[in-house]
Amino acid sequence: MRRGILLAGLFTGISVFAVNSAQAVEIEYWQYVYETRVKAMDQLIENFEKANPDITVKQTTFPYADYQTRVVAANMSGSGPDVMQLFYGWLDQFIAGGLVQPLPVDAFPHDKIESEFFPIVSAMKRGDDYYGLPTAVRSLALFYNKKLFQEAGLDPKSPPKTVDEFVAAAEKTAKHDANGNMTVAGTTMDMAGQDHQWWREVLIRQNGGEPYTADYSKVTYNNDAGIKALKFYTDLQTEQKVGEVGFMDEGQAAFRAGRAAMTIDGTFRLGSFKSIKDFEWGVTELPTNAAGIRSNYASYFANGIGAKVSGEKLEASKKFLAYISSPEAMKVWLDTVGELPARRSAALTEANLADPIYSPFLKALDYAHTTLFVDEAAQRQTAIDMVNRVLLEKQSPEDSIAQAATAEQEIIDAAKTK
Amino acid sequence: MRHKRLIWVWTFLALPILFYCVIRFYPTLQAFYLSFTNWNLMKPPKFIGFANYVKLYNDPQFWKVFRNTFTYLIIGTPVSLLISFVISFYLDRVRILHGLIRALYFLPFLTTAAAMAWVWRWFYQPAPIGVINDVLGLIGLPQQAFIRSVDQALPSIMVTSIWAGLGFQIIIFMAGLRAIPSTYYEAAKIDGLGEWPILWKITLPLLKPTTVFLVVFSSIGFLRIFDQVYNMTTNDPGGPLGSTKPLVLMIYQTAFSSYNMGYAAAQTVVLFAILLAVSLLQLWILRERK
Repeated sequence: MRRGILLAGLFTGISVFAVNSAQAVEIEYWQYVYETRVKAMDQLIENFEKANPDITVKQTTFPYADYQTRVVAANMSGSGPDVMQLFYGWLDQFIAGGLVQPLPVDAFPHDKIESEFFPIVSAMKRGDDYYGLPTAVRSLALFYNKKLFQEAGLDPKSPPKTVDEFVAAAEKTAKHDANGNMTVAGTTMDMAGQDHQWWREVLIRQNGGEPYTADYSKVTYNNDAGIKALKFYTDLQTEQKVGEVGFMDEGQAAFRAGRAAMTIDGTFRLGSFKSIKDFEWGVTELPTNAAGIRSNYASYFANGIGAKVSGEKLEASKKFLAYISSPEAMKVWLDTVGELPARRSAALTEANLADPIYSPFLKALDYAHTTLFVDEAAQRQTAIDMVNRVLLEKQSPEDSIAQAATAEQEIIDAAKTK
Repeated sequence: MRHKRLIWVWTFLALPILFYCVIRFYPTLQAFYLSFTNWNLMKPPKFIGFANYVKLYNDPQFWKVFRNTFTYLIIGTPVSLLISFVISFYLDRVRILHGLIRALYFLPFLTTAAAMAWVWRWFYQPAPIGVINDVLGLIGLPQQAFIRSVDQALPSIMVTSIWAGLGFQIIIFMAGLRAIPSTYYEAAKIDGLGEWPILWKITLPLLKPTTVFLVVFSSIGFLRIFDQVYNMTTNDPGGPLGSTKPLVLMIYQTAFSSYNMGYAAAQTVVLFAILLAVSLLQLWILRERK
């Protein structure tokens, strides 16, 4: 008798649940905690639910440091997200781990993706499939301190355009005390910041090389171009004495404090630099080389669909993903987070291109490269060590670059055979 | 009645025992198993025998980290114990403001390691912002690179770690000194023994249990050093050029930055073996000879 009641209760519960789910689908969206990103997503979810009353979206967030581990752990226990945010550099790992599924072609036709998004979206493609679409992208630019420019007799309205002008401006703005200690840096030198990207994707190319083969499986900078690029960078400290690795602890800290005339940093720094009160700053495109070659590094977080999502949840996820990578969502993201839209039509609007801060970053998206890292932290470490060996251990750039290339190749090979 | 009480005792003990088994022993055993696999979080672990250990043996970075870890241990432990003993020996005799001075020494121990590391990190900066280099400049001494130098970085970080642990060691030493019955000292004074013989023949031998405890405790602390190093070198963890990287930081990076869980587990097993061996060796050397 007792068992009968229990069973009846159980069935009622199940049937109630089933009826409910037929009426409304709930999908889960995961991203890492970052105040403005969460706020922007809350707004997007609100808009989306208004347009699709039969779908509810639950946003779940985790601290950045735990994020990947959480996704993996949830996937193993079968309770992962339906739609999730992932860094483009994690894609190989996420595919190997069976965390994401290819975007259904019916909802996301390839020709549309390729014509409407910036070319860097190709970093989300493996084989014939795309695995995610970005809402917003990041690129690099040269920030400069207008006050220090003026004091050094430079025109704050015409920032350096070429690498030579960049070095000349750095030489004019750098200041040292009587003992030769740097008090103001002409440019920041921070390989742990964005300089490793600048060296890898910009300086090497401007010196006539390629950092990697097209599929990023082989390191190709152990040659003249790589050596020249490295020497250019370390010379800033040893020859021209316009910058110092570790000056003011971090490059961005030195710039913020008004102790560096120039720094190379990304869109994600805009929020923090906007609170600077002591001086005006400007942004310009990364300097070209003498031949006018430009390059840049762009990166992004994309949104993908969980591998185990199917049925009506998949349909709802497709709709949601389409919405959060729509021009409308990109506008919300730009206004709330300050990151650049990933679609040409949303990015290259007249208003954005006229914006003195956004336009240098936007222009870069057309010629930017997206390094396919297998282990970003470890690969960045090889670049940090490469520069440190030259600066701290007086190793020759030739030897240092050879050692860096071997070390980075090992990291890539190890990841490929995993 | 007795039986009932026994049940109660075991009921209360069951919770911590269960907690220990689930939270401590199970993961420890699991780590041993994982060290023989190629687990990378994404795919189910596959047994690969001793491959991780062979890789570790052939990894030059591991040997560098190994050397660093033992440098922290071999210099850090004796230096910190010597300083803390000298301070507590004299502090024990201070009557004026005794409590305040003792509190000041203990204060760093109560402070979060991360916060302390960041303050020191700024102390060590070059001239415009680094306090130490500012002072050096004022008295006309050359600037030092400190944590930006491959030679000075490790000692620089070790100093902060010694300073941070000092308060605890002083308190323990003082408790040990107070526990020595004063009758010994009175008898020694009546016999006309000087300061040094009293120290060597009475204080130090009777302080031995305290010293053994602190040696083992501080050795384990230095072998597991992480917070100071990580927070003082966040942008180039364990750098420059790996010159400050301890084993725990290497494990952390292998596991939670490169997601090589199997390899990290093998490193953890090696750390466990080192900790066990060092502790047992110390206990054996400092054992009570009867």
